[in-house]
Amino acid sequence: MSEQSLPHSLDDLKQAVQQVLERAADQGATSAEAAVSSDVGLSVTARLGEVETLEYHKDQGVGVTVYFGQCKGSASTSDLRTEAINEAVEAACRIARYTAKDPCSGLAEAELMAYDYPDLDLDHPWGIDAEQAIELAREIEAAAMDVDQRITNSDGGSVNAYRGGWVYGNSHGFVGGYVSTRHSLSCTVVGEQDGGMQRDYWYSASRKPEELEGAESVGQRAAERTLRRLGGRRIGTQQAAVLFSADVARSLVGHFVGAIRGSALYRKASFLLDQLGEPVFPEFMHLHEAPHLPGALGSAPFDSEGVRNMAKDLVKDGVLKTYVLDSYSACKLGLANTGNAGGVRNLIVEPTAGDLDSLVRDMGTGLLVTELIGHGINMVTGDYSRGASGFWVENGELAYPVEEITIAGNLRDMFQGIQAVGSDVDLRGSIRTGSILLDRMMIAGE
Amino acid sequence: MTQALDFARAHILSPSGLDEQSLGSVLSQLLGPTIDYGDLYFQLSRSESWGLEDGIVKSGSYNIEQGVGVRAISGDKTGFSYSDEILLPALMDASKAARAIAHSHQTGQVQAWQQPSGHHLYLPMDPLGSLSEQDKIDLLHRADAEARKLDPRVSQVNVSLAGVHEVMLVAASDGTLAADVRPLVRMNVSVIIEQNGRREQGSAGGGGRVGYEYFIEDDRGMDYVREAVRMAGVNLESIEAPAGTMDVVLGPGWPGVLLHEAIGHGLEGDFNRKKTSAFSGRIGEQVAARGVTVVDDGTMENRRGSLNIDDEGTGSQCTTLIEDGILKGYMQDKMNARLMGVDSTGNGRRESYAHLPMPRMTNTYMLAGEHDPEEIIASVDKGLYAVNFGGGQVDITSGKFVFSASEAYLIENGKLGAPVKGATLIGNGPDVLTRVSMIGNDLKLDTGVGVCGKDGQSVPVGVGQPTLRVDGLTVGGTGG
Repeated sequence: MSEQSLPHSLDDLKQAVQQVLERAADQGATSAEAAVSSDVGLSVTARLGEVETLEYHKDQGVGVTVYFGQCKGSASTSDLRTEAINEAVEAACRIARYTAKDPCSGLAEAELMAYDYPDLDLDHPWGIDAEQAIELAREIEAAAMDVDQRITNSDGGSVNAYRGGWVYGNSHGFVGGYVSTRHSLSCTVVGEQDGGMQRDYWYSASRKPEELEGAESVGQRAAERTLRRLGGRRIGTQQAAVLFSADVARSLVGHFVGAIRGSALYRKASFLLDQLGEPVFPEFMHLHEAPHLPGALGSAPFDSEGVRNMAKDLVKDGVLKTYVLDSYSACKLGLANTGNAGGVRNLIVEPTAGDLDSLVRDMGTGLLVTELIGHGINMVTGDYSRGASGFWVENGELAYPVEEITIAGNLRDMFQGIQAVGSDVDLRGSIRTGSILLDRMMIAGE
Repeated sequence: MTQALDFARAHILSPSGLDEQSLGSVLSQLLGPTIDYGDLYFQLSRSESWGLEDGIVKSGSYNIEQGVGVRAISGDKTGFSYSDEILLPALMDASKAARAIAHSHQTGQVQAWQQPSGHHLYLPMDPLGSLSEQDKIDLLHRADAEARKLDPRVSQVNVSLAGVHEVMLVAASDGTLAADVRPLVRMNVSVIIEQNGRREQGSAGGGGRVGYEYFIEDDRGMDYVREAVRMAGVNLESIEAPAGTMDVVLGPGWPGVLLHEAIGHGLEGDFNRKKTSAFSGRIGEQVAARGVTVVDDGTMENRRGSLNIDDEGTGSQCTTLIEDGILKGYMQDKMNARLMGVDSTGNGRRESYAHLPMPRMTNTYMLAGEHDPEEIIASVDKGLYAVNFGGGQVDITSGKFVFSASEAYLIENGKLGAPVKGATLIGNGPDVLTRVSMIGNDLKLDTGVGVCGKDGQSVPVGVGQPTLRVDGLTVGGTGG
């Protein structure tokens, strides 16, 4: 366990993929594709100085899709034994007997396969054992509890170490796979002031254990984030400039990706239909995808259909340069596959301004949003309305914490209304953006 | 219950050469002087889904999941491990890992097996086989045709049908040996209507712990279609939603998501034991207006959130959370109940064998009052009438919660006005129910589509309420 050795090697997983493909062929499938995964993880939480949970994770899965001409069926199982795999393949074949012919159904074209894919330096196992992880989790939490006596309670400090192997193959003869790791430290604490409680958290995540933030820093930042929320109040209903801090700005960029995704476009369920070549952001904005960044959290050497993926501009000078498509949606839209089955990997929003402090100064008066709750986003119309908390900004400085308000607008206008993207880029996910300043949104409060 | 236990023995234990005796020996290895409690949770689940799009059933999938989770508890410490192999060596390994939470190498005594009393709220049937594949396909096609017939402006129709056949068996060191067979089906319809370049969506669905024939009986499946088309049509006429604090009338049924977010999560035992909930230590206090009674009821027949026994083997209950405005109780699983010195309320639930149980809701609803719904709307001078919602979310520590309306109308001078665009409503859980000023006589439960997420685990739930007037909720529209 402490070496994070996988119960199934990549070769085992490749064999399982071959077994699935052969079984599908035996059943009469004209083509098939399969993915097999095997993951291990250790997850520890310490709360109020003592270990609270110690979890050992060991997951595996097989997913298969079979095609009989243009009819398809899918199945999956968490059981890698031969009988279970056979049962899954048979179930997929049975389903394919009932699904209708779909002209776009099938594997991605053979010539797109990433037969020669790069090693992206994604595998960095963490040789931490349960005892050490518990000690580290304790240190994280202790650092948070020590910051201020108003930190009165805790949801704990946590340490997570994950390693997983993933192999994809299809009947073009492509079989590829890789092992990757993801580790994180996190902390959530509760603060109290004048009878009101607030909690906030901080986390650090990386594929490399040595690149994680220090335990003390994670705990302290969690405490500082909690403390600054104490004494939150509401503000009046008004229109104002809104600054999304980098961690919440990521969700805004996520809505953009959701709107240019093939599956939303061919269903006409996107507010960015027919926008290819059109300005969707201000001219100073550039967004690009870098799927092969070595060691990055969003990196992958090929997409989830085995297709070669490559760096590309999504938005240049504010203009939408490409949609993000897999083989099916590309066919539906009559466009070329962009190698985005499974999503966008390392989407980078290029900074146009200084750090968060400088954006707060630039904004002068308005709302800095540091947390969003709820799901009030209509992807068909772009209408946006979510619960928010953060800080009211006056004279370019944080004036007081704000809570129990909503912010609303329409995503198309919000994207066009971006004033600046900060240099405070958050690297903890597949979308990399700094804080984003919008000209104005409707705030509902008192 | 005995039937379920026999079924689980035959389908989970016997094929792996396991019996009560071997479970007993795994549990006694798990126990020790410092381990208070241990359990083994076996699960076998078969699920499927079918999807129609562009007028054809283009996709279908089938999922097989099985495994066993092993948990050891020492005070408030939990050790957990799981395996997808239901075999004795794997179980022994998992139990060794789980018991690493406590430093001891002795074994303990497992209580004599006893079968807890549960309910017979649904049949131990396999819903996947309740309709032939061809009949499932036909149902999807009929839904598509109905949507297009109802309104020629319908440009997209997506219909899905999903079913789960789940068998669980739990064996615990306190002697619990119990099993349940849990069917669950769901149908969803989503349409897009297009007119003059404007597109709007409407969706509806339902289900429960029944077979697929539920969607054919009483024409329920086609009712979902009619509802989705109606809602998209309404949204096509919608104007900007207002922004600011106003009086809000919530419709009956699914708007009960208010209760789930505003108070439900805050009354789960784990948060209250740790005192991280805005409701911690408030039992006996008034947290809602007089007349407000809210229960969590896992014992309703065939409902999506119902359970014969929870995932720890405790029979589900109808737990009163708030009675006539006074906070009465929390929802508990075994561990939090023990640490708080109370009994489990049958709310110990987990997404699967690979997840730890925790206190979760089942079907949460408010009892009916005496007002006629029309009378409630007529009582509002200027406000919002919200009848359909998407999801919601809560910060249980600050108590702030949101839920997002997907169909709402202005109220002006006691009369319904124009429909408005979707908007998020935000409030403060501990005080929102004190501002309930009228309760309708039209209690309704939702149609059976709820999914609740907590700590990354999803479980099926239900909600319900009568028409309610809430004074001074904040509505997050874009209008001035």
